[in-house]
Amino acid sequence: MRITQGTFSFLPDLTDAEIAAQIDYALRQGWSVSVEHTDDPHPRNVYWEMWGMPMFDLKDAAGAMMEIKACRRTFPSHYVKVNAFEATQGWESTRLSFIVQRPAAEPGFRVVRQEVAGRAVRYTVESYAVDRPEGSRY
Amino acid sequence: MTDTAIHATPPEATGAPGSVDLAALARETGVPDVLDELERDLVGLAPVKARIRDIAALLLVDRGRRLVGLPAEPPSLHMCFTGNPGTGKTTVAMRMAEILHRLGYVRKGHLIAVTRDDLVGQYIGHTAPKTREVLKRAMGGVLFVDEAYYLYRPENERDYGQEAIEILLQVMENQRDDLVVILAGYKDRMDTFFQSNPGMASRIAHHIDFPDYGADELYSISGLMLAKMGYRLAPDAQDAMREYIARRIAQPHFANARSIRNALDRARLRQASRLVAATGRSVSRDDLATLTAADIRASRVFDA
Repeated sequence: MRITQGTFSFLPDLTDAEIAAQIDYALRQGWSVSVEHTDDPHPRNVYWEMWGMPMFDLKDAAGAMMEIKACRRTFPSHYVKVNAFEATQGWESTRLSFIVQRPAAEPGFRVVRQEVAGRAVRYTVESYAVDRPEGSRY
Repeated sequence: MTDTAIHATPPEATGAPGSVDLAALARETGVPDVLDELERDLVGLAPVKARIRDIAALLLVDRGRRLVGLPAEPPSLHMCFTGNPGTGKTTVAMRMAEILHRLGYVRKGHLIAVTRDDLVGQYIGHTAPKTREVLKRAMGGVLFVDEAYYLYRPENERDYGQEAIEILLQVMENQRDDLVVILAGYKDRMDTFFQSNPGMASRIAHHIDFPDYGADELYSISGLMLAKMGYRLAPDAQDAMREYIARRIAQPHFANARSIRNALDRARLRQASRLVAATGRSVSRDDLATLTAADIRASRVFDA
Protein backbone atom coordinates (compact mmCIF):
# COMPACT_ATOMS: atom_id res chain seq x y z
CA MET A 1 0.00 0.00 0.00
CA ARG A 2 1.45 3.27 -1.10
CA ILE A 3 1.55 5.77 1.73
CA THR A 4 0.04 9.16 0.96
CA GLN A 5 1.39 11.66 3.45
CA GLY A 6 2.32 15.25 2.81
CA THR A 7 2.28 17.27 -0.39
CA PHE A 8 2.56 15.57 -3.82
CA SER A 9 1.94 12.14 -2.31
CA PHE A 10 -0.73 11.24 -4.88
CA LEU A 11 1.68 12.02 -7.71
CA PRO A 12 4.34 9.66 -9.04
CA ASP A 13 7.60 9.96 -7.08
CA LEU A 14 9.37 13.27 -7.78
CA THR A 15 12.64 13.18 -9.66
CA ASP A 16 15.70 14.80 -8.10
CA ALA A 17 15.34 17.79 -10.44
CA GLU A 18 11.73 18.23 -9.32
CA ILE A 19 12.72 17.92 -5.66
CA ALA A 20 15.43 20.55 -6.16
CA ALA A 21 12.90 22.85 -7.85
CA GLN A 22 10.51 22.49 -4.91
CA ILE A 23 13.29 23.20 -2.41
CA ASP A 24 14.32 26.24 -4.43
CA TYR A 25 10.74 27.46 -4.23
CA ALA A 26 10.73 26.98 -0.45
CA LEU A 27 14.05 28.85 -0.09
CA ARG A 28 12.72 31.70 -2.23
CA GLN A 29 9.80 32.02 0.19
CA GLY A 30 12.32 32.33 3.04
CA TRP A 31 11.49 28.95 4.56
CA SER A 32 14.18 26.75 6.03
CA VAL A 33 14.49 23.18 4.89
CA SER A 34 15.14 20.07 6.94
CA VAL A 35 15.43 16.36 6.15
CA GLU A 36 13.83 13.61 8.26
CA HIS A 37 13.57 9.83 7.98
CA THR A 38 11.68 7.00 9.68
CA ASP A 39 10.85 3.31 9.43
CA ASP A 40 7.50 3.78 11.18
CA PRO A 41 5.28 5.80 8.84
CA HIS A 42 2.15 5.64 11.00
CA PRO A 43 0.01 8.70 10.23
CA ARG A 44 0.12 9.71 13.89
CA ASN A 45 3.91 9.37 14.05
CA VAL A 46 4.81 13.03 13.71
CA TYR A 47 8.27 12.60 15.22
CA TRP A 48 10.46 11.32 12.43
CA GLU A 49 14.21 11.15 13.06
CA MET A 50 16.02 14.35 12.09
CA TRP A 51 18.79 13.98 9.56
CA GLY A 52 21.12 16.64 10.93
CA MET A 53 20.05 20.12 11.86
CA PRO A 54 17.47 22.11 9.91
CA MET A 55 19.33 24.17 7.31
CA PHE A 56 18.56 27.74 8.24
CA ASP A 57 20.73 29.78 5.92
CA LEU A 58 20.76 27.96 2.63
CA LYS A 59 20.67 30.00 -0.56
CA ASP A 60 20.48 27.16 -3.04
CA ALA A 61 18.85 23.73 -3.21
CA ALA A 62 22.18 21.99 -3.90
CA GLY A 63 23.03 22.00 -0.19
CA ALA A 64 19.76 20.32 0.77
CA MET A 65 20.07 17.84 -2.10
CA MET A 66 23.48 16.85 -0.73
CA GLU A 67 21.87 16.00 2.62
CA ILE A 68 18.95 14.15 1.02
CA LYS A 69 21.37 11.99 -0.95
CA ALA A 70 23.46 11.31 2.15
CA CYS A 71 20.32 10.30 4.08
CA ARG A 72 19.18 7.99 1.26
CA ARG A 73 22.61 6.35 1.17
CA THR A 74 22.57 5.72 4.91
CA PHE A 75 18.93 4.53 5.06
CA PRO A 76 18.22 3.08 1.62
CA SER A 77 14.91 1.52 2.71
CA HIS A 78 13.48 4.17 5.04
CA TYR A 79 10.95 6.83 4.33
CA VAL A 80 12.69 10.20 3.85
CA LYS A 81 10.86 13.50 3.78
CA VAL A 82 11.72 17.15 3.33
CA ASN A 83 10.11 19.79 5.53
CA ALA A 84 10.08 23.51 4.86
CA PHE A 85 9.57 25.61 7.97
CA GLU A 86 8.40 29.21 7.98
CA ALA A 87 9.71 31.19 10.94
CA THR A 88 7.77 34.44 10.46
CA GLN A 89 5.56 35.46 13.33
CA GLY A 90 2.07 34.11 13.04
CA TRP A 91 3.15 31.09 11.00
CA GLU A 92 6.02 29.53 12.91
CA SER A 93 5.21 26.14 11.49
CA THR A 94 5.82 23.77 8.62
CA ARG A 95 4.57 25.14 5.31
CA LEU A 96 5.53 22.29 3.04
CA SER A 97 6.39 18.66 3.64
CA PHE A 98 6.83 15.90 1.09
CA ILE A 99 8.26 12.40 0.85
CA VAL A 100 11.42 12.07 -1.21
CA GLN A 101 12.10 8.36 -0.69
CA ARG A 102 9.99 5.34 0.19
CA PRO A 103 10.90 1.65 0.63
CA ALA A 104 10.45 -0.69 -2.30
CA ALA A 105 7.75 -2.70 -0.55
CA GLU A 106 5.23 -0.94 1.67
CA PRO A 107 3.20 -3.50 3.62
CA GLY A 108 0.54 -1.02 4.72
CA PHE A 109 -1.73 -0.96 7.80
CA ARG A 110 -4.32 -3.11 9.51
CA VAL A 111 -7.25 -2.05 11.66
CA VAL A 112 -7.47 -3.60 15.13
CA ARG A 113 -10.97 -3.58 16.62
CA GLN A 114 -11.12 -3.82 20.38
CA GLU A 115 -14.47 -4.62 22.00
CA VAL A 116 -14.90 -2.70 25.23
CA ALA A 117 -17.69 -2.31 27.78
CA GLY A 118 -21.19 -1.97 26.35
CA ARG A 119 -20.20 -3.56 23.01
CA ALA A 120 -18.48 -0.34 22.02
CA VAL A 121 -15.57 -0.77 19.59
CA ARG A 122 -12.24 1.01 19.70
CA TYR A 123 -10.23 1.16 16.53
CA THR A 124 -6.44 1.16 16.23
CA VAL A 125 -4.41 1.51 13.05
CA GLU A 126 -1.22 -0.55 13.11
CA SER A 127 1.50 -0.76 10.53
CA TYR A 128 2.41 -4.33 9.55
CA ALA A 129 5.99 -3.16 9.41
CA VAL A 130 6.19 -2.40 13.14
CA ASP A 131 5.60 -6.08 14.02
CA ARG A 132 9.30 -6.42 13.49
CA PRO A 133 11.76 -4.59 15.77
CA GLU A 134 13.18 -1.20 14.94
CA GLY A 135 15.97 -1.42 12.37
CA SER A 136 14.65 -4.56 10.64
CA ARG A 137 11.27 -3.31 9.48
CA TYR A 138 11.94 -2.71 5.83
CA MET B 1 34.12 38.21 -26.93
CA THR B 2 34.73 39.72 -30.33
CA ASP B 3 32.27 41.06 -32.83
CA THR B 4 32.63 38.07 -35.10
CA ALA B 5 30.13 35.29 -35.03
CA ILE B 6 31.34 31.74 -34.77
CA HIS B 7 30.27 29.21 -37.33
CA ALA B 8 29.76 25.61 -36.48
CA THR B 9 28.42 22.65 -38.36
CA PRO B 10 24.95 22.02 -37.03
CA PRO B 11 24.46 18.51 -35.66
CA GLU B 12 21.97 16.48 -37.68
CA ALA B 13 18.32 16.60 -36.78
CA THR B 14 18.62 18.80 -33.70
CA GLY B 15 17.57 21.96 -35.45
CA ALA B 16 20.30 23.99 -33.69
CA PRO B 17 21.35 27.19 -35.46
CA GLY B 18 24.52 27.06 -37.55
CA SER B 19 25.97 30.30 -36.20
CA VAL B 20 25.62 32.53 -33.19
CA ASP B 21 26.27 36.23 -32.68
CA LEU B 22 28.54 36.43 -29.66
CA ALA B 23 28.36 40.20 -29.40
CA ALA B 24 24.57 40.07 -29.20
CA LEU B 25 24.85 37.27 -26.67
CA ALA B 26 27.24 39.39 -24.60
CA ARG B 27 24.85 42.35 -24.64
CA GLU B 28 21.99 40.12 -23.65
CA THR B 29 23.79 38.85 -20.55
CA GLY B 30 25.08 42.30 -19.58
CA VAL B 31 28.68 41.08 -19.51
CA PRO B 32 30.20 44.25 -21.03
CA ASP B 33 28.52 46.34 -18.31
CA VAL B 34 30.04 44.15 -15.61
CA LEU B 35 33.50 44.45 -17.14
CA ASP B 36 33.19 48.21 -17.59
CA GLU B 37 32.12 48.56 -13.99
CA LEU B 38 35.12 46.53 -12.92
CA GLU B 39 37.42 48.74 -14.97
CA ARG B 40 35.91 51.85 -13.42
CA ASP B 41 35.78 50.78 -9.77
CA LEU B 42 39.06 48.92 -9.43
CA VAL B 43 42.29 50.81 -9.92
CA GLY B 44 45.26 48.96 -11.44
CA LEU B 45 45.21 45.16 -11.03
CA ALA B 46 45.85 44.58 -14.74
CA PRO B 47 46.57 40.81 -14.47
CA VAL B 48 43.41 40.31 -12.41
CA LYS B 49 41.22 42.17 -14.87
CA ALA B 50 42.79 40.32 -17.79
CA ARG B 51 41.99 36.98 -16.19
CA ILE B 52 38.42 37.99 -15.43
CA ARG B 53 38.01 39.09 -19.04
CA ASP B 54 39.32 35.69 -20.20
CA ILE B 55 36.90 33.86 -17.95
CA ALA B 56 34.01 36.01 -19.14
CA ALA B 57 34.95 35.26 -22.75
CA LEU B 58 35.16 31.54 -22.08
CA LEU B 59 31.77 31.43 -20.40
CA LEU B 60 30.28 33.38 -23.28
CA VAL B 61 31.79 31.05 -25.88
CA ASP B 62 30.49 28.08 -23.89
CA ARG B 63 27.04 29.56 -24.00
CA GLY B 64 27.39 30.02 -27.74
CA ARG B 65 28.60 26.43 -28.14
CA ARG B 66 25.57 25.18 -26.28
CA LEU B 67 23.31 27.20 -28.58
CA VAL B 68 24.74 25.56 -31.70
CA GLY B 69 24.69 22.12 -30.12
CA LEU B 70 28.39 21.63 -29.39
CA PRO B 71 29.35 20.04 -26.07
CA ALA B 72 30.18 22.66 -23.44
CA GLU B 73 31.64 21.14 -20.32
CA PRO B 74 31.46 23.73 -17.53
CA PRO B 75 35.02 24.87 -16.81
CA SER B 76 36.55 24.56 -13.36
CA LEU B 77 36.59 28.04 -11.89
CA HIS B 78 38.15 27.47 -8.48
CA MET B 79 40.67 30.23 -7.91
CA CYS B 80 43.51 31.22 -5.72
CA PHE B 81 44.24 34.88 -5.03
CA THR B 82 47.70 35.66 -3.76
CA GLY B 83 49.14 39.03 -2.94
CA ASN B 84 50.34 41.36 -0.24
CA PRO B 85 47.94 42.83 2.33
CA GLY B 86 45.53 45.43 1.00
CA THR B 87 45.87 44.56 -2.68
CA GLY B 88 42.16 43.98 -3.11
CA LYS B 89 41.81 40.21 -2.82
CA THR B 90 38.60 40.31 -0.79
CA THR B 91 37.14 43.15 -2.85
CA VAL B 92 37.72 41.24 -6.08
CA ALA B 93 36.28 38.05 -4.56
CA MET B 94 33.08 39.93 -3.72
CA ARG B 95 32.97 41.18 -7.30
CA MET B 96 33.72 37.74 -8.65
CA ALA B 97 30.56 36.32 -7.07
CA GLU B 98 28.49 38.95 -8.80
CA ILE B 99 30.31 38.58 -12.12
CA LEU B 100 29.94 34.80 -12.19
CA HIS B 101 26.29 35.19 -11.35
CA ARG B 102 25.71 37.66 -14.19
CA LEU B 103 27.56 35.30 -16.53
CA GLY B 104 25.25 32.50 -15.46
CA TYR B 105 27.97 30.31 -13.99
CA VAL B 106 26.73 30.29 -10.38
CA ARG B 107 23.02 30.19 -9.68
CA LYS B 108 22.61 32.59 -6.75
CA GLY B 109 25.73 34.74 -6.69
CA HIS B 110 26.20 35.21 -2.96
CA LEU B 111 29.59 35.16 -1.26
CA ILE B 112 30.34 33.33 1.95
CA ALA B 113 33.62 34.53 3.44
CA VAL B 114 35.19 32.15 5.97
CA THR B 115 38.50 31.61 7.74
CA ARG B 116 40.00 28.58 9.45
CA ASP B 117 37.76 29.04 12.51
CA ASP B 118 34.60 28.53 10.48
CA LEU B 119 35.80 25.29 8.90
CA VAL B 120 37.89 23.49 11.49
CA GLY B 121 36.34 22.04 14.64
CA GLN B 122 37.57 21.80 18.20
CA TYR B 123 37.45 18.06 18.75
CA ILE B 124 37.28 14.78 16.86
CA GLY B 125 34.16 14.55 14.71
CA HIS B 126 33.45 18.27 14.88
CA THR B 127 35.24 19.33 11.72
CA ALA B 128 33.30 17.41 9.08
CA PRO B 129 29.82 18.70 10.00
CA LYS B 130 31.19 22.19 10.44
CA THR B 131 32.87 22.26 7.05
CA ARG B 132 29.86 20.66 5.38
CA GLU B 133 27.59 23.27 6.96
CA VAL B 134 29.66 26.06 5.44
CA LEU B 135 29.77 24.33 2.06
CA LYS B 136 26.00 23.91 2.05
CA ARG B 137 25.53 27.59 2.76
CA ALA B 138 27.92 28.53 -0.03
CA MET B 139 26.29 26.36 -2.67
CA GLY B 140 24.93 28.32 -5.59
CA GLY B 141 27.51 31.00 -4.86
CA VAL B 142 31.16 31.57 -4.02
CA LEU B 143 33.04 30.30 -0.97
CA PHE B 144 35.90 32.63 -0.08
CA VAL B 145 38.49 31.12 2.26
CA ASP B 146 40.64 33.94 3.57
CA GLU B 147 44.16 33.12 4.79
CA ALA B 148 43.67 29.59 3.51
CA TYR B 149 47.20 28.51 4.48
CA TYR B 150 46.11 28.38 8.12
CA LEU B 151 44.05 25.30 7.23
CA TYR B 152 47.22 23.25 7.10
CA ARG B 153 49.44 23.22 10.17
CA PRO B 154 52.40 20.94 9.51
CA GLU B 155 53.76 21.38 13.03
CA ASN B 156 50.79 19.48 14.50
CA GLU B 157 50.13 16.15 12.83
CA ARG B 158 46.82 15.73 14.67
CA ASP B 159 45.51 19.04 13.45
CA TYR B 160 41.94 18.82 12.16
CA GLY B 161 42.68 21.25 9.33
CA GLN B 162 43.65 18.37 7.06
CA GLU B 163 40.15 16.93 7.44
CA ALA B 164 38.59 20.22 6.36
CA ILE B 165 40.90 20.32 3.35
CA GLU B 166 39.84 16.82 2.32
CA ILE B 167 36.12 17.62 2.50
CA LEU B 168 36.73 20.85 0.63
CA LEU B 169 38.61 18.97 -2.10
CA GLN B 170 35.89 16.38 -2.44
CA VAL B 171 33.15 18.97 -2.93
CA MET B 172 35.36 21.10 -5.21
CA GLU B 173 35.78 18.07 -7.44
CA ASN B 174 32.31 16.49 -7.34
CA GLN B 175 30.07 19.54 -7.19
CA ARG B 176 31.91 21.84 -9.51
CA ASP B 177 28.74 23.38 -10.90
CA ASP B 178 27.29 24.02 -7.45
CA LEU B 179 29.95 26.31 -6.04
CA VAL B 180 33.18 28.15 -6.76
CA VAL B 181 35.90 28.11 -4.13
CA ILE B 182 38.33 31.03 -3.91
CA LEU B 183 41.35 30.68 -1.63
CA ALA B 184 43.25 33.79 -0.66
CA GLY B 185 46.46 34.50 1.17
CA TYR B 186 49.96 35.87 1.06
CA LYS B 187 52.04 34.59 -1.81
CA ASP B 188 54.88 32.81 0.00
CA ARG B 189 52.66 31.11 2.55
CA MET B 190 50.17 29.96 -0.09
CA ASP B 191 53.08 28.46 -2.04
CA THR B 192 54.09 26.37 0.98
CA PHE B 193 50.45 25.43 1.47
CA PHE B 194 50.17 24.13 -2.10
CA GLN B 195 53.48 22.29 -1.86
CA SER B 196 52.16 20.27 1.06
CA ASN B 197 48.71 19.84 -0.53
CA PRO B 198 49.37 18.97 -4.16
CA GLY B 199 45.78 17.80 -4.58
CA MET B 200 44.60 21.31 -3.81
CA ALA B 201 47.03 22.94 -6.22
CA SER B 202 45.96 20.73 -9.12
CA ARG B 203 42.26 21.32 -8.53
CA ILE B 204 42.60 25.07 -8.71
CA ALA B 205 42.72 26.20 -12.30
CA HIS B 206 43.31 29.88 -11.77
CA HIS B 207 46.19 31.20 -9.71
CA ILE B 208 45.95 34.97 -9.79
CA ASP B 209 48.67 37.15 -8.31
CA PHE B 210 47.67 40.60 -7.09
CA PRO B 211 50.51 43.08 -7.69
CA ASP B 212 51.34 45.90 -5.28
CA TYR B 213 49.95 49.30 -6.20
CA GLY B 214 52.12 52.12 -7.49
CA ALA B 215 51.98 55.59 -5.92
CA ASP B 216 49.74 56.96 -8.68
CA GLU B 217 47.34 54.05 -8.35
CA LEU B 218 47.16 54.57 -4.60
CA TYR B 219 46.36 58.23 -5.18
CA SER B 220 43.48 57.29 -7.50
CA ILE B 221 42.29 54.77 -4.90
CA SER B 222 42.26 57.48 -2.23
CA GLY B 223 40.16 59.60 -4.61
CA LEU B 224 37.65 56.76 -5.08
CA MET B 225 37.48 56.09 -1.35
CA LEU B 226 36.88 59.74 -0.53
CA ALA B 227 34.22 60.05 -3.22
CA LYS B 228 32.44 57.04 -1.75
CA MET B 229 32.55 58.56 1.75
CA GLY B 230 31.40 61.96 0.47
CA TYR B 231 34.63 63.87 1.11
CA ARG B 232 37.01 65.74 -1.16
CA LEU B 233 40.53 67.06 -0.84
CA ALA B 234 41.27 70.78 -0.80
CA PRO B 235 43.70 71.76 -3.62
CA ASP B 236 46.72 71.95 -1.31
CA ALA B 237 45.65 68.72 0.38
CA GLN B 238 46.03 66.89 -2.92
CA ASP B 239 49.76 67.55 -2.93
CA ALA B 240 49.91 66.61 0.75
CA MET B 241 48.20 63.32 -0.06
CA ARG B 242 50.67 62.51 -2.85
CA GLU B 243 53.56 63.29 -0.54
CA TYR B 244 51.97 61.22 2.22
CA ILE B 245 51.67 58.21 -0.10
CA ALA B 246 55.28 58.52 -1.27
CA ARG B 247 56.51 58.59 2.34
CA ARG B 248 54.18 55.89 3.60
CA ILE B 249 55.23 53.35 0.92
CA ALA B 250 58.79 53.53 2.15
CA GLN B 251 57.82 52.81 5.75
CA PRO B 252 57.42 49.37 7.32
CA HIS B 253 54.05 47.57 7.58
CA PHE B 254 52.74 49.23 4.47
CA ALA B 255 49.47 47.51 3.50
CA ASN B 256 48.62 49.11 0.15
CA ALA B 257 45.00 50.27 -0.09
CA ARG B 258 44.33 49.36 3.53
CA SER B 259 46.98 51.84 4.70
CA ILE B 260 45.39 54.50 2.55
CA ARG B 261 41.98 53.78 4.04
CA ASN B 262 43.40 54.07 7.55
CA ALA B 263 45.16 57.31 6.69
CA LEU B 264 41.92 58.77 5.37
CA ASP B 265 40.04 57.66 8.46
CA ARG B 266 42.58 59.40 10.67
CA ALA B 267 42.41 62.52 8.51
CA ARG B 268 38.64 62.51 9.02
CA LEU B 269 39.18 62.38 12.77
CA ARG B 270 41.48 65.38 12.62
CA GLN B 271 39.04 67.28 10.42
CA ALA B 272 36.26 66.55 12.90
CA SER B 273 38.30 67.83 15.87
CA ARG B 274 39.31 70.91 13.88
CA LEU B 275 35.69 71.71 13.03
CA VAL B 276 34.49 71.14 16.58
CA ALA B 277 37.32 73.26 18.01
CA ALA B 278 36.65 76.15 15.63
CA THR B 279 33.87 77.74 17.65
CA GLY B 280 32.29 81.07 16.92
CA ARG B 281 31.15 80.47 13.35
CA SER B 282 28.72 78.15 11.66
CA VAL B 283 30.16 75.30 9.63
CA SER B 284 29.23 75.23 5.98
CA ARG B 285 28.44 72.18 3.85
CA ASP B 286 31.75 72.77 2.12
CA ASP B 287 33.68 72.70 5.39
CA LEU B 288 32.06 69.42 6.35
CA ALA B 289 33.08 67.77 3.09
CA THR B 290 36.62 69.10 2.72
CA LEU B 291 39.87 67.66 4.08
CA THR B 292 42.59 70.30 4.23
CA ALA B 293 46.35 69.89 3.88
CA ALA B 294 46.71 70.38 7.63
CA ASP B 295 44.49 67.36 8.29
CA ILE B 296 46.86 65.18 6.30
CA ARG B 297 50.15 66.78 7.21
CA ALA B 298 49.48 66.24 10.92
CA SER B 299 50.18 62.56 10.34
CA ARG B 300 53.12 60.86 12.04
CA VAL B 301 54.37 59.86 8.61
CA PHE B 302 55.61 63.39 8.04
CA ASP B 303 57.64 63.39 11.27
CA ALA B 304 60.22 60.94 10.01
